[in-house]
Amino acid sequence: MLALKEVGKTYPNGVHALERFSAAIKPGEIVAIIGGSGCGKSTLLRAIAGLDRATSGAVTLDNATITSPHAKIGIIFQEPRLLPWLSVADNVGFGLSELPADVRRKRIAAALARVGLADKAEAWPRELSGGQAQRVAIARALVPQPEVLLLDEPFSALDAFTRRDLQDHLLNLWADTRPTLILVTHDVDEAVTLADRVLVMRPRPGRLFEEITINLARPRDRKSELFDNFKRRVLTALDRSLDRSVRDLTAKSSAGEAMWW
Amino acid sequence: MAMTVDLPALEQTDAAVPHVASARWSRYARPALGLALPAALALGWELVVFLGWSNGRLVPPPSRLFATIAELAKSGELSRHILATVTRVGAGFVLGVISGTILGAISGYWGLARRLLDPTVQALRAIPSLAWVPLFVLWLGIFETSKIVLIAVGVFFPIYLGVMGAILSVDRKIVEVGRVFRLSGAAMIRRILLPAVLPAYVVALRVGLGLGWMFVVAAELIGASEGLGYLLLDGQQLGKPAQILAAIVIFAILGKLTDWLIEVAASPLLRWQDAFGARGGY
Repeated sequence: MLALKEVGKTYPNGVHALERFSAAIKPGEIVAIIGGSGCGKSTLLRAIAGLDRATSGAVTLDNATITSPHAKIGIIFQEPRLLPWLSVADNVGFGLSELPADVRRKRIAAALARVGLADKAEAWPRELSGGQAQRVAIARALVPQPEVLLLDEPFSALDAFTRRDLQDHLLNLWADTRPTLILVTHDVDEAVTLADRVLVMRPRPGRLFEEITINLARPRDRKSELFDNFKRRVLTALDRSLDRSVRDLTAKSSAGEAMWW
Repeated sequence: MAMTVDLPALEQTDAAVPHVASARWSRYARPALGLALPAALALGWELVVFLGWSNGRLVPPPSRLFATIAELAKSGELSRHILATVTRVGAGFVLGVISGTILGAISGYWGLARRLLDPTVQALRAIPSLAWVPLFVLWLGIFETSKIVLIAVGVFFPIYLGVMGAILSVDRKIVEVGRVFRLSGAAMIRRILLPAVLPAYVVALRVGLGLGWMFVVAAELIGASEGLGYLLLDGQQLGKPAQILAAIVIFAILGKLTDWLIEVAASPLLRWQDAFGARGGY
């Protein structure tokens, strides 16, 4: 159980990035955090990862307070951040250096096969495409079998086709060991595709604004009407979180609906 | 494979043949291309002297140059001089590399040390290194120590700057990967910082070595009874241009050879680099 208790963060320059954010996240749950820029979602993720310390409140995993990177918490960044001097296989095995070599080799091979890159084991990171590199990064984060996997806009640098491909792929991988996934994104489609629960944040200071549970069975059909309904709900919440006048947007969508019905 | 079916047979064979040819070209012909200009100049000058258009007294033709080198080699003089110079460069280089690496690493890694140390080092760097010569001679005597220290000073600065700059420019995002995997301080240095710094370090070593060869000449011109620099001075005082040129040619060969040694030693460690030069360029 991952618990966030009134987590707040004020940077040394006085920027109030995050205020009293609380949430309880069950093991195996997929949570998407979405919000406009400057709403503190990356700050929150870095606090959970133990990369930055919260200035108030606490993050606990199974009642242990997180103050520095934790063995059971993995993270995937927006960029693959592969080490260019290591082969793809050695990148995947980067977090396994304590294991004996033969066990490590087996785990690496299995992880690479799972992300469909078994033939790239000996390649250099520079020889990979953007999507392949991010798949290696996913394998690297999953191979130590974390209980919690954090994803910081992991697919935002990729084209739409690759992104959908990797979203499906991520769900398949998640189904293997069912870690908790916490995904920061600004893509509503991505949030509704992946998450059990969407946390909408509002900026200045970053706060939890609304919580939307997506009780859709997986695999989800991105073209279904229900899916669209959830997307619309998240979008509406986002607009309200930014104090944007919702009127013209609803006007547009009701016009669209009028054409359908 | 639908693509290849559409291709005319003629184009397919065309595509395969130049590949083999270009591999052979890049393997043998491309390095040879670098030799074309000096070889042509040498041959031209040889011909000019042979035809009697110049007596070649001040600029001896290649044949006389090689005769001089052969003569020096036969008497054992040459190896004595080369050994003396190489020993000095080697000792000075090692000294400069060790001190430059340690101080550069400290300055790069630790901000307080950088603020404390770097301004002084930069100020010392601004002094033309040859200005140290009289002082070194006074302090350390005219023999080997002052020469080696002078060479070490020349080698030190590019190594120091290279190491410090390389550490400062290590990508913070890559360091963060090390933190996520909870590397200890030592593991962070070994697994992240060292490999990240290596390409710039190799460049610094090569620059440092080049300066080492430069400074050995200066050191040997001060006063030496052996060494390639001594051959230069001796050739000037006794009016033997062939001997001077012989020493210069040997300097060039040794400089290129040692630079190449560093390059070859480092290349297996730098195969991962995604750089224009790493693929041979065009």
